[in-house]
Amino acid sequence: MKLEVAVSIRRASGFTLEMSERCDADALGVVGPSGSGKSTLLQVIAGLESGARVVVDGRDLSTLPPERREIGYVPQDAALFPHLSVRRNLLYSPRATSLDDVPSALGIESLLDRMPRNLSGGERRRVALGRAILSRPRLLLLDEPMSGLDEGRRRETMGLIRDLKRRTGLPMILVSHRADEVAELTNRLLRIEAGRVVGREGRDGA
Amino acid sequence: MSAVPLSLAVGFAATLFSLVPAVGVAWFLERSRSAVRGLVHTLVMMPLVLPPVVVGYLLLKIFSPRGAVGRALVALHCPVAFHWLGAVVAAAVVGFPLFVQAVALAMKAVDPRLEQASRTLGCPPVRTFFRITLPLAWPGILAGAAVSFARGLGEFGATIILAGRIPGETETIPLAIYGELDAPGGEGRIGGLVAASVVLCFVCVVLARTLDRRHQRRLELDR
Repeated sequence: MKLEVAVSIRRASGFTLEMSERCDADALGVVGPSGSGKSTLLQVIAGLESGARVVVDGRDLSTLPPERREIGYVPQDAALFPHLSVRRNLLYSPRATSLDDVPSALGIESLLDRMPRNLSGGERRRVALGRAILSRPRLLLLDEPMSGLDEGRRRETMGLIRDLKRRTGLPMILVSHRADEVAELTNRLLRIEAGRVVGREGRDGA
Repeated sequence: MSAVPLSLAVGFAATLFSLVPAVGVAWFLERSRSAVRGLVHTLVMMPLVLPPVVVGYLLLKIFSPRGAVGRALVALHCPVAFHWLGAVVAAAVVGFPLFVQAVALAMKAVDPRLEQASRTLGCPPVRTFFRITLPLAWPGILAGAAVSFARGLGEFGATIILAGRIPGETETIPLAIYGELDAPGGEGRIGGLVAASVVLCFVCVVLARTLDRRHQRRLELDR
C-alpha cells in the first residue's frame, strides 16, 4: 500500500494535527499518547473528518464521502448497531453479500443471533472487525484494537489480526498507545505526539 | 360529531400531518451544519411563545378565502378557514414546536459514531438515516407525537380564530367548554368535557413517558 496523507486540522479547543507523510507499507502502525491525534488521523483517512489530502495506491480519496472510500474502519468502541443482531451487523454493508468464513475465522459463529448488549468487550471488537472485513475494503483502519482487553484476549486478538493479514493481504493502519503491540503487527511505524510526527521506524514496502 | 370524538380526530390528523415535517426539521436541526439552522430553529419555536390568538390570526391571513392560498384551496375543494381542516391546521401548528423538540432530543441521543460507522460501511446519509437514526430514535419520535397530540387536544386560541366555533365541525373540547359557560345547564356538560380532557391528556403524558423510557433503554443497549 502506498499512502500519502497531508493533514492540517486546528480546532478552537487548541487541538491541532499537522502532518504530511508518504509511505509504502502493507501494515502501518501509528503510536502515541492519548490525545496525540492518532484516532483523528484514522477518521481523516476514513473521510469522517475533513481538511486532509488522502491518496491510497494512487487513488485520491480527498473529495470522496466515507461511503465511497472503501475503507474499513473499526473504531475503538466497536460502534455496533444496538438494534441489530450480530448477524445483521456483519451483513450491514451493502457490499456484504454473505458471511463467508469470516465468523469462523474470528471465532464468533456462535454469537450470530445475539444482540450487541449481550457481548463482552472482546466479542464486540471481533464483530466490528468482521463487519468491516465483510464490507470488502481496500484498506482497514484499526483504532486501538487491543485496548481494555486482558493479556489472554490481547494475544488472541493480535493472532486474529496477524492471521487476517496473512490470509487476505489487506493493507491496514493500526493505531495504539503501545509500541510493542504495533511493532509485532506492522512493518512501518509512525510516532505522533501533540499532533505532529516525531519519529519514523521500519522499512518501506511489504 | 360531538366534541370529544371531534377533538380526537383533529388531534390524530394534526399529529399525522406533522409527523414527517417534524422528523425532517428535527433532523436538519440536529445533524445539519447549515448556517440557517439558528433561523429555522427560531421560526419553528415561534408558535410556542406567540399568543395562540396571534398564531390563529396569521393563519387566517394565509388561509382566508380572500387570500391567494385560501382561494386556491377553496378551488381545490379543500377549504381550511372555518372548516374542520382549520382546526387540524391550528392544532398542528401550535403542537409543532413540541413535536420537533421531542424528536430532536430523540435524535440527539443517537450516538453519531453509529451513523459514522454506517457511512464507512458504504451507506450514504439518507440510507444511514433510515437504517440507523430513525429506528433508534423511533420510540422518542412516538413520545413526541403523544405530547403534540395532547397539545392539539387543548388548542383554543388559534382554533377559534381560524376555524371558528361550529358545533359538530370545529367545536373541539376547549371550544365546547367555552360555549357551555353561558349556556343554561351548561355546568353539567362542562364537567363531562373537563373529565374527558383530563383523562385524555393523562393517557398521552403516561404514553409519552413510557415511550421515552423505552427509547432510553433502546439506546443504552450498547453502553
